[in-house]
Amino acid sequence: MLEFLESVMPAGPMAVFVFSIIPLMIILLYALFAIWMERKVAGHIQDRLGPMRVGGWHGWAQTIADLLKMIQKEDIVPAKADRFFFKMAPFIAFGASYGAFVAIPLSSGYIGSMIDVGVFYIVAITSLLSISIIMAGWASNNKWSLLGAMRTAAQTVSYEVPTIATILSVVLVTGTLNLMEVTELQSGNSFLGFLPNWMIFHSPFMVIAFVIFFVAVLAESHRVPFDLPESESELVGGYQTEYSGMRWGLFMLTEYADMLLLSLVTVTLFFGGWNSPFGPFLDGPFWGAFWMLLKGMIVVFVMMWLRWTLPRLRVDQLMNLCWKYLIPLSFVNLVLIALWEMIF
Amino acid sequence: MKSTEEIHKLLVDQFGEETLEYKPDEKVDPWIVVAAGKIQEVAKFLRDETGLRFDSLMCLSGVHYEKEEQLGVTYHLASTSEKHKLTLKVLMPQEDAQVQSVEQIWKTADWHEREAFDMFGIRFEGHPDHRRILCPDDWEGYPLRKDYKVQEFYRGMKVEY
Amino acid sequence: MTTVKEKSPEVSVTPPVDAGNGLKTQEMVVNMGPQHPSTHGVLRVQLTLNGEIVVKAVPHIGYLHRCFEKHSEEMDDYTKVIPYVDRMDYVAAMSNELGYAIAMERMMDIQVNDRVEYIRVIMAELQRIASHLLAVGTFGLDIGAFTPFLHCFIEREKILDIFEKASGARLLYNYIWVGGLMNDVPADFKKDTAAFIKSFRPQIKELNDLLSDNKIFVERTANVGVLPEKVAINYGVSGPSLRGSGVKWDLRRDDPYSIYDRFDFDVIVGEGRMGTVGDCWDRYIVRVWEMEESLKIIEQALDQMPDEGDVHEAVPKKIRPPAAEIYCRTETPRGELGYYIISNKKTSPYRVKARAPSFVNLSVLPAISVGAMVADMVAIIGSVDIVLGEVDR
Repeated sequence: MLEFLESVMPAGPMAVFVFSIIPLMIILLYALFAIWMERKVAGHIQDRLGPMRVGGWHGWAQTIADLLKMIQKEDIVPAKADRFFFKMAPFIAFGASYGAFVAIPLSSGYIGSMIDVGVFYIVAITSLLSISIIMAGWASNNKWSLLGAMRTAAQTVSYEVPTIATILSVVLVTGTLNLMEVTELQSGNSFLGFLPNWMIFHSPFMVIAFVIFFVAVLAESHRVPFDLPESESELVGGYQTEYSGMRWGLFMLTEYADMLLLSLVTVTLFFGGWNSPFGPFLDGPFWGAFWMLLKGMIVVFVMMWLRWTLPRLRVDQLMNLCWKYLIPLSFVNLVLIALWEMIF
Repeated sequence: MKSTEEIHKLLVDQFGEETLEYKPDEKVDPWIVVAAGKIQEVAKFLRDETGLRFDSLMCLSGVHYEKEEQLGVTYHLASTSEKHKLTLKVLMPQEDAQVQSVEQIWKTADWHEREAFDMFGIRFEGHPDHRRILCPDDWEGYPLRKDYKVQEFYRGMKVEY
Repeated sequence: MTTVKEKSPEVSVTPPVDAGNGLKTQEMVVNMGPQHPSTHGVLRVQLTLNGEIVVKAVPHIGYLHRCFEKHSEEMDDYTKVIPYVDRMDYVAAMSNELGYAIAMERMMDIQVNDRVEYIRVIMAELQRIASHLLAVGTFGLDIGAFTPFLHCFIEREKILDIFEKASGARLLYNYIWVGGLMNDVPADFKKDTAAFIKSFRPQIKELNDLLSDNKIFVERTANVGVLPEKVAINYGVSGPSLRGSGVKWDLRRDDPYSIYDRFDFDVIVGEGRMGTVGDCWDRYIVRVWEMEESLKIIEQALDQMPDEGDVHEAVPKKIRPPAAEIYCRTETPRGELGYYIISNKKTSPYRVKARAPSFVNLSVLPAISVGAMVADMVAIIGSVDIVLGEVDR
């Protein structure tokens, strides 16, 4: 991809710039679409239509209108807030989320950087997100924000353990941390002949690993039923309470970018990444990007579906679930997958 | 199931005539007037005595009797086990309205007594959290007294509009 | 004019305690409300927190205080009180009107005819369903489930449509008058109500599938905010909150008013199926099943309701009751609503005191919330089901 861009663009740095901005474009377009989609999904789950007016067809321009409104809003910084950190936090949050896209292979022809420790890098850089939330919560100088921030710290640190344990089980099978190679290993058909050679079909234990991973991902991206940091019915808005206007918008964007990121990681690890579900049919770099995003959007849809169906857990129950069930289970599962690998 | 008359007899046996006054009224429920300093004892007796068991205080209301220049507290009691009801009243002079609190006997009285204090300025001896409940803490006067005049300014804001 | 010396106590925070590892911990005081998404209005609860655990909860009320009682005394007619009564419990206005009308009728010894009685009962029970739907829906919302809330609202909307057809209003009806009704029900009232019952029955099952038996929901509400029977009675808690604690006490059965003795229905009590008797889940499920019982009452009432009868038959031209006083209680969706009315032979009441169920039910909050977490506070407030218009009057 970079070579192609360098061949059509006059100057080298320009090509690098365009190359690195592609995920941003995808995130922004996706966020516009996903917020609209979330409203539509919510609406239809709740026996109503969702946005119908703005833009004509099914309110497609609703998010754009909201964005315009948000840009015009006053940027309020509370008098007693720590101004520097208060203003910095949303940017760090988005930066962390965006930075992780570097290691995601969007198609066979596009990956930001072929780093050999891709998975490790993603896990590391998404941790920055919780730092930004703690910054936001602490700098706001609001007790609700503080409670939200503290919950985030506990939640993210705890749920990273099962996430990493399940990622390890995939790495154990593939033998590489580079996501591009992980995806390439999943092409073709599996030993059964008709199922694609995706990681989820690798062994029954991999299904368990996927379930654990997905639950942990929901918790990492603070989606219902694990949206405790911002639980609006208890903590008013959690760490976002004091934010308004575009700074709040950036948190919102981060939330959606994070959803996409973790969905894409899920797809790459378990559902064959950019591989076509029909083997060689409809394969290639362009179709690869299509399949990748489609699968990602399906996972995003499932997240939305859960959000509008389930209530929220309490903070101690959240910790119970993680430390008493998910972590032991994920480690046992890791051992079982290792045994499976030895036997077959 | 006991009528107010029967209960009155029981109470007279226990506390003597001078603290109690029976007011039969054929139109509506009759009531018993209790002396302000005795209400706590009477209430405790009513709650604990077998056959009476007034375990719930339905309502506690302050009343301002303008003509008599008196303030009153009306207690409406009910029993969930015996299913009878009783109305008690305490009357006090307007200038020195003091009555024993029954908060220790029925917790319902906690907020109701605060409300009666807030609205009528009746003081309840022995109430653990004796302050206004509905009006702001620095509000002046007692709104439900018949001679109440609303204050002109509250913290610099004009009250009457 | 007297100056009040009593001030609310200064916020006292315990001094920092050494945690043993060089760090110091301190209790935190948080104001939950008056602007908070889950306090159901302008309630303020002053929470003292140890981490996320509630050490002390002090409710502060009065932010919505209009002094309904003073308003009533200032009115020059007893009927003019009814619109103010509506505005107390604004999600169950019919029940408030019914209580007031019955109190006045008892005072003046007015007998209303059967048609009026049946319409009143149907309206009151429909109002009970509407109010419980709101309570159940917002309770789900407090726990974090958004969808059941809107499903409940769809059904509630149907009831409001029926009310609108009869009274012209959707929230504050001024429909039940002393001695009768504002006007007769429209011709298709029976048909509409029957259609609602038919469409609503399956919805209760769906609500149970979606919310009541949801594992997360049960985890969040069972064994939370347990209100023991003795405490509930001593605090004067009434209505579904009392029945949730296992007390079989319903004024419709135990102190019948209107024509409730003619109907066959069960009094639902909490059994502690998911946890302890009297927890948030019990209070919630009592409301769900009470809707079913209300449907039963409405069905019977629709069958027995006479087609003939003038709803204005007993409405007095001028209400001038004898000098008397009365305490009359009825069962509203939130519990025992009592009116203490004193008249002095004039056309306006000398004193009207409303014993608001929400006011009394809320007073139990400090007793059952100690040791809960912040998230539980929200569940407890939601399960007690308060309407601030009624708490503050």
